[in-house]
Amino acid sequence: MSDTKTVTRAGARPLSPHLQVYRMPLNAVLSILHRITGAAMSVSAALVVWWFLAAATSEGYFALVNGLLTSWPGDIVLSLSVLGLWFHFCNGIRHLVWDTGSHFGRKRVRQTGILAVLVTLVLTAITLFVI
Amino acid sequence: MHEHRTERARVSGLGSARSGTGHFWEQRISAIALAFLAPFFVYSFAHALGSDYATVRAIYSQPFNAIVALGFVLVACLHLVQGLAVIIEDYVHGRAGIVWLIAMRLLVGFVALTGAFAILKIAFSA
Ligand code: HEM
Repeated sequence: MSDTKTVTRAGARPLSPHLQVYRMPLNAVLSILHRITGAAMSVSAALVVWWFLAAATSEGYFALVNGLLTSWPGDIVLSLSVLGLWFHFCNGIRHLVWDTGSHFGRKRVRQTGILAVLVTLVLTAITLFVI
Repeated sequence: MHEHRTERARVSGLGSARSGTGHFWEQRISAIALAFLAPFFVYSFAHALGSDYATVRAIYSQPFNAIVALGFVLVACLHLVQGLAVIIEDYVHGRAGIVWLIAMRLLVGFVALTGAFAILKIAFSA
């Protein structure tokens, strides 16, 4: 390939190859994250149920479990759980829409993927800082 | 051995590869239910988590909060059984896969039962 050819053709196509590479992986990453968040929430579910069991048992047992879940390691685990839940929620709704045969085009898949990530961040922020 | 049924009748109802579309639809239904339940559950739980014992019990003795929590825990566990089964079937094959599936069902079933008992006990005693 000669240099002149490369230069003239470069103007007609995207300058950074990263944008082209990025296009497919976004949805691939979201797809893997859907599975990871789904499986990881097994732990969250067990923790939440443990907390309910403690609240149903006695004030002392509740103090222990509630203390663990609101300690800093507990905070990290539960905050990640909230992030995971809202991501899985948003992406799950994308799946449900796809199951109707809608929004399956390449552009739409990317647009709804970006939207899902943004809504996930907003819902997580609301849950952690507002409620 | 005589097989009196036709080939078509023999495979009818067995589904495509394992259980096929039946489980697929069951998982969609649990997903739709969770999409409605999750925001309400997260709302009550986020309020309850920072609170003291008496307040937590008061929150979950409210019928609406208790019903949402019970529904969320039960449907999430159902959805989890369905989802983890798909994952296990993808990665673990043969006898080991069956062992994993049974263990998973028992564990998630235990979580569901414990959660349901605890939420109902709070709802009825607080
Ligand atoms: C908040 C509302 C939720 C929605 C809308 C939702 C939606 C979905 C959908 C549509 C699927 C199927 C994805 C596919 O076909 O690949 C799925 C899979 C799954 N979900 Fe959920 N879900 C929700 C909550 C949960 C919760 C709370 C848990 C865990 C306790 C969970 C665990 C899973 C698992 C383990 C899978 C299987 C993932 C896979 O096959 O890769 N989901 N979810």
